[in-house]
Amino acid sequence: MRLLIKNGRIVDPGSGRDAHADILVCDTIIEKVGRNLRARPERVIDASGLVVTPGFIDMHVHLREPGYEEKETIRTGSMSGAKGGFTSLMPMANTNPPIDTAGMVEFVLTRAKETAVVKLFPIAAVSKGLAGKELTEAGELKEAGAVALSDDGNPIEDSELMRRALEYAGMFGLPIIVHEEDPDLAGNGSMNEGLNSTTLGLRGIPRAAEEVMVARDLSIAELTRGRVHFAHISTTRAVDLIRQAKQRGLAVTAETAPHYFSLTDDAVKTYNTNAKMKPPLREADDIAAIKEGLKDRTLDVIATDHAPHTVAEKEVEFELAPFGIVGLETALPLVLTHLVEPGVLSLSEAIAKLTVNPARIVGLPLGELREGWPADIAIFDPDAEIVVNASKFASLGRNTPFDGFTLTGRVMYTIVDGTVVVDEGELVRSPDQVR
Amino acid sequence: MEAVAIRPTSTGAERQTRWARKDLLGLEELSVEEIQLILDTAGSFKEVSTRTIKKVPALRGTTIVNLFFEASTRTRTSFELAAKRLSADVLNISSTTSSVVKGETLRDTLANIEAMKTDMVVIRHSAAGAPHFLAARSRSSIVNAGDGMHEHPTQALLDLFTIREKLGGIAGLHDAIIGDIAHSRVARSNIWGLTKFGAHVTICGPATLIPPDIHKMNVRVAPNIGAALEGADVVYVLRIQRERQESKLLPSLREYVRLFGIDKEKLRAAPSSAIVMHPGPINRNIELASDVADGPNSVILEQVTNGVAVRMAVLYLLAGGEVTDETSD
Repeated sequence: MRLLIKNGRIVDPGSGRDAHADILVCDTIIEKVGRNLRARPERVIDASGLVVTPGFIDMHVHLREPGYEEKETIRTGSMSGAKGGFTSLMPMANTNPPIDTAGMVEFVLTRAKETAVVKLFPIAAVSKGLAGKELTEAGELKEAGAVALSDDGNPIEDSELMRRALEYAGMFGLPIIVHEEDPDLAGNGSMNEGLNSTTLGLRGIPRAAEEVMVARDLSIAELTRGRVHFAHISTTRAVDLIRQAKQRGLAVTAETAPHYFSLTDDAVKTYNTNAKMKPPLREADDIAAIKEGLKDRTLDVIATDHAPHTVAEKEVEFELAPFGIVGLETALPLVLTHLVEPGVLSLSEAIAKLTVNPARIVGLPLGELREGWPADIAIFDPDAEIVVNASKFASLGRNTPFDGFTLTGRVMYTIVDGTVVVDEGELVRSPDQVR
Repeated sequence: MEAVAIRPTSTGAERQTRWARKDLLGLEELSVEEIQLILDTAGSFKEVSTRTIKKVPALRGTTIVNLFFEASTRTRTSFELAAKRLSADVLNISSTTSSVVKGETLRDTLANIEAMKTDMVVIRHSAAGAPHFLAARSRSSIVNAGDGMHEHPTQALLDLFTIREKLGGIAGLHDAIIGDIAHSRVARSNIWGLTKFGAHVTICGPATLIPPDIHKMNVRVAPNIGAALEGADVVYVLRIQRERQESKLLPSLREYVRLFGIDKEKLRAAPSSAIVMHPGPINRNIELASDVADGPNSVILEQVTNGVAVRMAVLYLLAGGEVTDETSD
């Protein structure tokens, strides 16, 4: 099967290409990238006016399977990813049971093969049972297919465990992804600590809860020469700390999520539980610092922290609602609306943070439009105006603070290993058959 | 619904005479005119409680549910009396007797109450925003009787009523709020109300109990009790919870009393005309010494009396009660 994508603007940050050209896909592989390609394809996608990029890679999602299938499954999560232009997802280990053995990694990969419409690369737990006490068998986890280790959802409280985990995982080249939150400082907080938490009468989570842990782990990274990747960075000072460490030559990496450059904690003012997540939405100064960090590459990656919950779980008193929002189907429009349109990042810089950067951090040969590489491709309309409609999400989760927002950018095609799974903006009906 | 004639206590020509909101959730969102309307209406209802037959038929046929998820005697009885003096039917549901213990959600609790065709729900809940949650989902009028650390609007309204009654007005007054500001919904509602009327609000308490960025609410944070009380027309003393000691916020109640407990000695920093207020119930000789609580500056029991009148006004206005101006006919 030959597929020709014609006349699109190809933005491939890995090669530095940003020009109009064609891509010829042969079966599962990118056969050729170039101008005016001649071929006899079975299908032609006219990408005039559209942007063609490597399929997006989200290194931070919660797909909830096994254990919380009422919130999301590997299948629905993968469909949500496909709709958002993602061709690879890295699900976190905080399922029930958690992904802390080779058998559990194999379970996720098997379920992915059976049900998912995009690729899955599991992240395994740092500690057995995510309990923060004993190390998992990183060697075997890696052999089974884990691409990184993380206890995400929980911070690693024990500083010595963090040290040993970095040393041990270093033997296998596995990065450790850290959820930075000092549990004592965060306490029972349910939103950012500041004027809004004071007037709303909600317990706050101070920025320092994130920052003291970032500072600690930078020190431990320096001590161990370990590969730390900071998840969902949200504060000014955390960006500063990571920037300084990178300037010192430390091999750490970091991500933020779209909501940390799109929304302030004003979104909580109506006690909207769909604006409740960890870390919490911060203030305008932090948004500016996050943008600055994205611009100067302190923040390498944009990951969604897609965290679906049921409507019933979220439709409760604010303090009782679980933390987390969905993000796969709003990521690109938020990036375009808040980063590319205002000129914070060029399109190529933005796409790098959704493709080649996360791939390189975990060592995956993906995220680039290279000849001979898997044909994982996203094609989007960068100018289309969309109105977010949570009720139409492919995800089972409806928990987004962006419902009803008008944003720019619409994913038109998502191609995974040469198979079109999103066609003209809609999921292909029976993805079981096509894959 | 019978109209209630009131004698206006304010002289503003543009006085609002009609209430437009479905709910009373907090003072933050109310205008000065709306607050004045409540206070003026309360002024006329206060007289009802002095009659031999302390009842008017204004809310006959109206069903009011007191939905209390947190222990409260004072506020609940005050609301209950207010409703009864307006001839409404009152149903009291408290968390110990409700199905909350069976794990029912707030949404379902509301749906079940409304299925019995009630008109108004007075809710107290330990979670901030619980009344807002109900208000967004119900036909009934929702009255916030205290939500977590957020707001306690009827308390602040009765406080404003009392201040206005005792001191003749609110604008320009100096009001010192003393104690655990961080956990106090009373403090927040008072700050909103007082600052809207142009009073100068000073807060004072242990640094661990001053919430972040509170100065952005247009209040002054006093460095010590003497500075807080100097020139204060109103000394508002908050209740201190004994648990604060265990939660790392206070070393001891003993030290709290020494530094912030209002006694005769500390009160000397305030003008002799200052009034002393407290939302109740008082921890005697902890945040407030008995000789001050029972002394000539104290208006604490008048607050309680006014509470019934203010709550009558709130229930009456939310039920759609009209205010007619006696002087205009």
